[in-house]
Amino acid sequence: MQKEVGKLKIGVLALQGAFFEHVEILEKLGVQTSEVRTVEDLAGLDGLIIPGGESTTMNLLIGEIKKVMKKLPIFGTCAGAIILAQNFMDIEVERNAYGSQLDSFEDDFQFNGHNIHGIFIRAPKILKVGDGVEVLAKNSKDEIVLVREDRYLASTFHPELTEDTKIHEYFLDMIIQNS
Amino acid sequence: MKKNTTKLKKGLAQMFKGGVIMDVVTADEAKIAEDAGACAVMALERVPSDIRKDGGVARMSDPKLIKEIQKAVTIPVMAKVRIGHFVEAQILEALKVDYIDESEVLTPADERFHIVKTDFNVPFVCGCTYLGEALRRIDEGAMMMRTKGEAGTGNVVEAVRHARTVNDEIAMLQKAAAAKRKAWAEKERVPVALVNEVCKLGRLPIVNFAAGGIATPADAAMMMQLGVDGVFVGSGIFKSSHPEKRARSIVEATTHFKDADILAKVSEDLGDCMESKQISDLEHRYAERGW
Repeated sequence: MQKEVGKLKIGVLALQGAFFEHVEILEKLGVQTSEVRTVEDLAGLDGLIIPGGESTTMNLLIGEIKKVMKKLPIFGTCAGAIILAQNFMDIEVERNAYGSQLDSFEDDFQFNGHNIHGIFIRAPKILKVGDGVEVLAKNSKDEIVLVREDRYLASTFHPELTEDTKIHEYFLDMIIQNS
Repeated sequence: MKKNTTKLKKGLAQMFKGGVIMDVVTADEAKIAEDAGACAVMALERVPSDIRKDGGVARMSDPKLIKEIQKAVTIPVMAKVRIGHFVEAQILEALKVDYIDESEVLTPADERFHIVKTDFNVPFVCGCTYLGEALRRIDEGAMMMRTKGEAGTGNVVEAVRHARTVNDEIAMLQKAAAAKRKAWAEKERVPVALVNEVCKLGRLPIVNFAAGGIATPADAAMMMQLGVDGVFVGSGIFKSSHPEKRARSIVEATTHFKDADILAKVSEDLGDCMESKQISDLEHRYAERGW
């Protein structure tokens, strides 16, 4: 039987970065949330979000969490997408691919018939995707910015920095369809 | 496509949250900081405790050093300019640093004006000792705030005072009637709309870190429990006896700031702290610079 959105419990990896912004969006969508800092915090979760921040910092702090989170549906934004690429997804990413902060940008593009306003901050680029990876969105420069592979979802931009909840809704829908 | 927007400038600071930004004076130190889990580095020629010792005028770092540090790490690189020194800021922008710190640790260049930060594409972080000062900097275009604390002392007491002062003032204004808020805004020379925004949010409208005197994992966790979003550590790391270990432990403590068991573990066997100072013994109080 499918779960209802209100019954879902989604964790946000809170080792470093913009985790609270994801918590706020999930709360807006009526989902139960919790901050994940230790492996014990993963208990009872239906899914996990890995936020933006510094992937080098998160990788040092992640420890045992990495092994245990593998079975969960995971949505990674920016640094989170890098961690998914390094561990679970068949995608090749280049970290900080655009340059310094002066090269950070905002851009509009389409996803599922919706306009998405993407915030790209010292963003990575998805250079290659494997056969099992679905490209869900490209930005105005025709660069891949949102991909899905099975229960994993990765974006190079920050949907948590806008009011738009579409990408988070898609992630929750992914979980519900698979439950 | 848009670049250098307020959203992007504030957004980078949001990515620093829950992290530790470390002062480094060489490319090797920058690499050590990155490997220990720093979320950004502050490139400078001398850490604050050496600036105190040496005296004289402290200025922006040599661009050569900043470039070497940028080459050594993949994490964001910040650098400091003197208060009011807009040309040092122009130079740092040309070097494409990721954030500029208009810092009281360097010798102020202008006694009347801070930099008009809205003129720049690179975002700025500024120091504050109380709420009015923070809001004046935000009104000038600062995209990130930090407590001033008292840099180069290894003494956290001033950072605590500044963080508590900002918290107390926000709580006071939240309870105040509209007329009192307006009078406060006028006295502090800040827009009343900004004061109202702070009251609504119950915090500063931009990311706010602690800085100035943080020397131990417990110091970092204490500042986090007082409600800041992350910490800057200056002399505290590379002036201690075991920089790698201390850096890593402060990173862990900033993440697990509410977990006393983890804090106990990471505080163990760190060797000697930096040489620390009583505030009353100081010749210069850096926090008094700026207004």
